[in-house]
Amino acid sequence: MAVQVQAADIAQRAELDFAGILKRAAVAGLVTFLLTIGLVGFETVSSTGQLRLHTRFEAVAFAVAAVFVSYVCFEFLRARRPMIPLVVGAVAALVLLIPLVTGDPDLQWMLPFEAETLDWAALVVPLLLVGRALQLATAARARATGRQPPAVLGRIGVAFRRLTPLIGAALLGFAIVLPFLPFADRRLIDICTLVLTYIMLGWGLNIVVGLAGLLDLGYVAFYAVGAYSYALLSTTFGLSFWVCLPLAGALAALFGILLGFPVLRLRGDYLAIVTLGFGEMIRIVLINWWWFTGGPNGINNVERPSFFGLPFDRSPPEGTESFHTFFGLDYSPNHRVFFLYFLILACALITNFFTLRIRKLPLGRAWEALREDETACRALGINPTNTKLTAFAFGAMFAGFAGSFFAARQGFVSPESFVFIESAVILAIVVLGGLGSQVGIVLAAIVLIGIPEFFRELKDYRMLAFGLGMVLIMIWRPGGLLGRRDPTIRLHAAGEGAEQKRR
Amino acid sequence: MEYFLQQLINGLSLGAIYGLIAIGYTMVYGIIGMINFAHGDIFMIGAFHSLIAFLVLGLLGVSFVPLALMVVLVIAVLLTATYGWTVERVAYRPLRRSTRLAPLISAIGMSIFLQNSVQLLQGARGKPLVSVIPGAITLVDSGTFAVQISYMQIVIMLVTVSLMTVFTLMITRTTLGRAQRACEQDQRMASLLGVNIDRTISITFVIGASLAAVAGLMVTLYYGIIDFYLGFVAGIKAFTAAVLGGIGSLPGAMLGGILIGLIEAFWSAYFSVEYKDVAAFGVLVLVLIFRPSGLLGRPEVEKV
Amino acid sequence: MNDVPLLNVEHLTMRFGGLVAIDDVSFSARNGQITGIIGPNGAGKTTVFNCLTGFYKPSVGRLALNAPHGTFLLEQTDGFRIAQQARVARTFQNIRLFAGMSVLENLIVAQHNKLMKESGFTIAGLLWLPRHRAAERQSVELARYWLDRIGLTSRADWQAGNLPYGDQRRLEIARAMCTDPVLLCLDEPAAGLNARESAELNELLLEIKAQQGIGILLIEHDMSVVMEISDHIVVLDYGRKISDGRPDQVRQDPAVIRAYLGEEEDEELPPEVAEDLAQRGEAGAI
Repeated sequence: MAVQVQAADIAQRAELDFAGILKRAAVAGLVTFLLTIGLVGFETVSSTGQLRLHTRFEAVAFAVAAVFVSYVCFEFLRARRPMIPLVVGAVAALVLLIPLVTGDPDLQWMLPFEAETLDWAALVVPLLLVGRALQLATAARARATGRQPPAVLGRIGVAFRRLTPLIGAALLGFAIVLPFLPFADRRLIDICTLVLTYIMLGWGLNIVVGLAGLLDLGYVAFYAVGAYSYALLSTTFGLSFWVCLPLAGALAALFGILLGFPVLRLRGDYLAIVTLGFGEMIRIVLINWWWFTGGPNGINNVERPSFFGLPFDRSPPEGTESFHTFFGLDYSPNHRVFFLYFLILACALITNFFTLRIRKLPLGRAWEALREDETACRALGINPTNTKLTAFAFGAMFAGFAGSFFAARQGFVSPESFVFIESAVILAIVVLGGLGSQVGIVLAAIVLIGIPEFFRELKDYRMLAFGLGMVLIMIWRPGGLLGRRDPTIRLHAAGEGAEQKRR
Repeated sequence: MEYFLQQLINGLSLGAIYGLIAIGYTMVYGIIGMINFAHGDIFMIGAFHSLIAFLVLGLLGVSFVPLALMVVLVIAVLLTATYGWTVERVAYRPLRRSTRLAPLISAIGMSIFLQNSVQLLQGARGKPLVSVIPGAITLVDSGTFAVQISYMQIVIMLVTVSLMTVFTLMITRTTLGRAQRACEQDQRMASLLGVNIDRTISITFVIGASLAAVAGLMVTLYYGIIDFYLGFVAGIKAFTAAVLGGIGSLPGAMLGGILIGLIEAFWSAYFSVEYKDVAAFGVLVLVLIFRPSGLLGRPEVEKV
Repeated sequence: MNDVPLLNVEHLTMRFGGLVAIDDVSFSARNGQITGIIGPNGAGKTTVFNCLTGFYKPSVGRLALNAPHGTFLLEQTDGFRIAQQARVARTFQNIRLFAGMSVLENLIVAQHNKLMKESGFTIAGLLWLPRHRAAERQSVELARYWLDRIGLTSRADWQAGNLPYGDQRRLEIARAMCTDPVLLCLDEPAAGLNARESAELNELLLEIKAQQGIGILLIEHDMSVVMEISDHIVVLDYGRKISDGRPDQVRQDPAVIRAYLGEEEDEELPPEVAEDLAQRGEAGAI
């Protein structure tokens, strides 16, 4: 009986319920229509104090058609019928490629977006269709001839994971020699310095989110505390960068403890919203407490960091030396840029080594255990509040270091550098990099920060892609792209353990 | 005294709007136990749909205000509810059995996505709308200060009260409401008893988004200017309201909304306008520390 | 010394709102003995554990632990401090391992408080001082000892969540033992185990009792386990204690038979039949 039902089930699947697919695709199209008709279909434009409407119905029609067709195609793929999706995908790809490659102005209307980079990006969908269809077709043929289809993606994933330490080492080596390479101009170094700042912030937030499993949505607040600490200490007391750096970290950590103490007992999602609120509070205070923080204008003329006491000035005051005179070099503005680059590289590496080390210490293991199961931790006598608090404080401390570096590099600080979006960007780096994976965070920071810096026209779409990326990653790989955890301590050598697992 | 009365009126109308948004948070939290971070942005999308619907009606030459309001309400609710449904279907449903952190991160991603798509599609600048319901009634006039209640404020309070009534009846009297309460208690058991869990959760999101759309419409009319960032702060405050009232409790959400509205109005009036948001967040932190179950909520008993 | 019981529970009462989950329960547990707590579903067994291990704060009652290292009033001790200071360890009805961490890591996390001190609250650890390294070696040795005892040494580097069910149960017990407890509370350790695994578990518990000499509190549904290995049994029903004594005494107690079989079966039954029926009634309840 059961076997019969199964057989009938299979026969039905093979027969393909075309009407059903069309119906569901139509529903998807209708939903798309309802989603887009208002916000896409009409654009509100301010002109002479009045709002006017521009219509963009062609975009709505395009979206509905695209969703309908893609839905049908993917349903066909799911039913293992690769032919139609293959043709549709190929045609769509051609329609996009011809105007893009020829650049013919008469054909530009065929492109869905105004930005060329986005049109290239739009190619992904038809190419995905074609790729999957081809894969299915070859798999079907392989089955027919009795050969196993190679699991290409799986093997790439395994290889990539095995190579992770190598990739890390290669990136580190590249980062060290980068300023001395012939193509390293000032702009590139500046961008890399920025990327490194975010890598450091990502590594810092990873302690809180990735290791301890506490969702902190106001991480930028600690970055702000660090930046303002340095700016205020240096402008009011004339303290040097090297004195302020540890102070800024300590102050940020103190803020972390003050905030964390009352709220860390709460459930995870409450913590998220309280940290979000706290991030906003800090920003509002920075804007309005003008006699202390300089209000919206912030603090200017913050002292630049020196090379352990040697400033980077072109002409140092009488009787003192600057970097280039001390080392007998010709003056170059690049010295400071390079110095800042190495400074943040060093700071980031310290963060990294701290994380790698603390994972192998009782405290780090307790963080991970708390992430896994707080109730079990309590039953083992681990103090959950204090343990979380240390994670919060360490995370905040590294944000404080990064903040004081930021203030020193910019020479000024203002509240607009510390908006919620910054927290969201840092969180996106951690999430997309694979919660807990150090190399993953580097790659995510390069992709999320570095690439938009080079392709300016992508910048508007950056946050859009971040948001979408976070949703998709959570759905497809909740552990993150490279998220896989190695034990922090082993009883058997690594190879041996793997052997046993296979057996 | 007159000044106090005026702030009371302002605070109540503001609070009614927060309350409507807070219901969306509290319902979703009740049924699937997560904070729907994107809810504030759904509210913002509701406001934009109302604005666009008004402008379209203006182009079509509809000038009879009650009719226009009804049409705008229907359009805004329909389109915004679709957003609520889609967000749940796309970003939360696949994660129902995932880790604790995953749906939260997905929700934040969705919030960022919605906010930025509206910014890209409609521009970053504030969108002004001419006053649709002008005029006010003067309640008290002491010569130096006149206490006024605007027609708009009356509309806000009437709409909120009637929606709350309908809503309470729905939750307590209908099959849908019973299904919802069953899902809150025990999803597996409810599904064994024939409650369609997926549909019940979807409907919860649709209702939450619809109420947010109504709130969006009223904010558009009340303030006369909206932008894509509107949902962020309003979302946090409405969430604060939900927590203050006791998350999971519908009357609590309304009560919390009104309290937050009053706190904000009086804080702005007597202390400082600049720090009014700080006051709301401060309340949130205090409530969570001293009474995490809120005013009307039941304390959570941990199951071990 | 031996006449002061390790754990003395007096007048324990726990109310949730209007519901009385435990009503004036008193019993005691001794060192080197296994004390079984049995009762039908919803009798309040797990609630007793939750009160003992600090997850609930009892409404009324005195829970005194007379450990060799001091006397503790558990009802006045804060959640995690019961495990940390009074050294009461527990397992959970639905296993709560750190599923994403390795088997060995689970056992090392259990030694957190000791290791934390030895790592100079992380500072000595960060500086790679020998003191911390020695402590870590010791903790691995202890973990290895327990892994040998539960037969999981070869799987020490597996992810705990990937272990078979029975292994997870035993690992949870080993983890609790790694905290060096004076009282071990086991919440239905045999649930979901097959007959062979159940027998292995009995052996392990008897070994722990004999070798470590600590007190063991055991909640169990499976009557055969309890009757076989308990030195002393407490029976709960609807939150009240209905019987207390040696297994053979409890087995024949009419109140116990009534609780397991229902009011109708009031007439005297021969003990074998009563036990058999009790087991079946239990199976039916599940």
